[in-house]
Amino acid sequence: MRFLLVEDSPVLARSVRDLLALDGHGVDHAATLAEAEDCLASASYDLMLLDIGLPDGDGRGFLARQRRAGRDMAVIMMTARSAVADRVDALDGGADDYVSKPFEMAELEARIRAVLRRRGGAAQTLRHFAGVAFDPLAATVTIAGETRDLRARELRLFEILLAAPGRIFSKDHLCDRVFSYAECVSDNAIEVYVGRLRRKLAGSAARIETVRGLGYRLTGP
Amino acid sequence: MQIDLSQAAFSMLGAAAQDRLFWRIVVGDETLTGYDDLPLPATAPTGPAPFVYAARYRGADLRIAAVARGVMAGERPQPALILLGQTRDGQRAIAGRLAHGAVLAGLGFFVLAVPLALVFANSVLAPVSNLARAVADRGPADLRPVDHPAPRELAPLVAALDSFIARLRLTLGQTETFIAEAAHHIRTPLATVRTEAEIALREARDDETRARLRSVIRAVDESARSAGQLLDHAMVAYRSRRMDAAEIDLRETLAALARSFAPTADLRDIALTVDPGNGPARVRGDRVMVESALRNLIDNALKYSAAEGAVHLTLDCAAGRVTVGVRDTGRGLAGMDAGALTARFRRGPNVGDVVGSGLGLTIVDEVARAMGGDFALVPAEGGGTLARLSLPAC
Repeated sequence: MRFLLVEDSPVLARSVRDLLALDGHGVDHAATLAEAEDCLASASYDLMLLDIGLPDGDGRGFLARQRRAGRDMAVIMMTARSAVADRVDALDGGADDYVSKPFEMAELEARIRAVLRRRGGAAQTLRHFAGVAFDPLAATVTIAGETRDLRARELRLFEILLAAPGRIFSKDHLCDRVFSYAECVSDNAIEVYVGRLRRKLAGSAARIETVRGLGYRLTGP
Repeated sequence: MQIDLSQAAFSMLGAAAQDRLFWRIVVGDETLTGYDDLPLPATAPTGPAPFVYAARYRGADLRIAAVARGVMAGERPQPALILLGQTRDGQRAIAGRLAHGAVLAGLGFFVLAVPLALVFANSVLAPVSNLARAVADRGPADLRPVDHPAPRELAPLVAALDSFIARLRLTLGQTETFIAEAAHHIRTPLATVRTEAEIALREARDDETRARLRSVIRAVDESARSAGQLLDHAMVAYRSRRMDAAEIDLRETLAALARSFAPTADLRDIALTVDPGNGPARVRGDRVMVESALRNLIDNALKYSAAEGAVHLTLDCAAGRVTVGVRDTGRGLAGMDAGALTARFRRGPNVGDVVGSGLGLTIVDEVARAMGGDFALVPAEGGGTLARLSLPAC
């Protein structure tokens, strides 16, 4: 998916972009509202991540102008200011959702997914692998015409494995991505979810192999 | 030597009915007529003006006037002294009567004036005390302009009050802006650190580095949370003083909050459900404060629930109260009650490694108080906790 990130702190912008890129998303960065305006005029985006306080104005006013101009892309505001007041404003001003800084990447991704799902989503999000049709927005896998729902953690696990089929992911790595860092109590926790995901993928050629001592990998036919 | 006292003089002397008169006329050393023991003045008067003095005579206080004249006795001029004394009973009686009358008149006036003054003062001061009551009744939190009918004379007072309130609001507004700015300056660098640490964690291969990065992220989350809660707490404190009174539909608010928390709940596969009940669920108050309280409750419920647990939100309207219930399947209260857990920076003994600041429930409790509601935490049936925030309906 293609995102426009409007954020004036260059370090934060770079790391958010890098993180989203790690998950296979394309991110354009605008440091000011003027740059954002140029980006919006020349390309189309699935979603805009918009900071509230920018050097040349307030993100909320900018969003209101975009909405009036008929631009209807999904928008998630990022606020670093005091919690609720700004969030109320942001949503009233036409944002689909907001995250407060600092945010967990998994939370941002979950919110992006939820917003896109609410808006009816983009059709091109459907991904195919070894007889599995995976729809991350709807959180389903379809195998031989049968659609199965994935729970959030099963979905995240499948997304991570699917990003690099054949690559071995360590249990630690999967733990960090699937659970919040504070929750990852034991390596066994991830085994539970691997087991569930295997059952959801049953009937397809997709396999989650255990590589003893190293972790897991997704393999096709 | 002879002296002629005319009839007219005698009748004049007799005019003062209650007083006795004494006279004495002395020529040379001889008393010609009158009371020969009437006291003489201490010094002989000179000049034509009478000399007046007081003396005690025959058991009475006298005022005596003495006049000196020269008379011809034979061939030689002789000094003559005419004394006229009068007792002071009549004078005293008149003075007494006058004084008595004055006292009576004064009393009468007083008796009449007091109720009149009271009535008058009341009617003049009633608008002032009405105004005072209107200002006093609004409580310490209310900083809306004075909107109270007052007579023209009080307009300057009302204007002064309003301008004072406006200045106070401005100060509070500046504080709010400051809080927002402070939050911005704290959170932006924290966001950078957190995101960078996440990237590093994804790329790190050895366990020690990963463990270190995890504790960095945890520390960032803790400081972000504490900063956020401190600022929220300050915000609620200031807002409760300003108290915008908008009508809030709690059903709508709760539905919006449930939507907003859904991705967070989803991250840990927690089922977040709402039972909006039926009937009106409107309250009057500050929207930001209400949302702040509800957010803290839902956030707590999600935080302390185990993965794949459930958080259920309910709305009840009964007896002029709207009650929001937030029920979780978490670790429970460990015997603590709302009173203990709403204390600042106080957390339960069973929080484990859940990140928190100990201010969330303080905020909820303060919002409840500011809006005339109340807040309770009770163990839920079948484990977990039920938080109840009850607010007066409007």
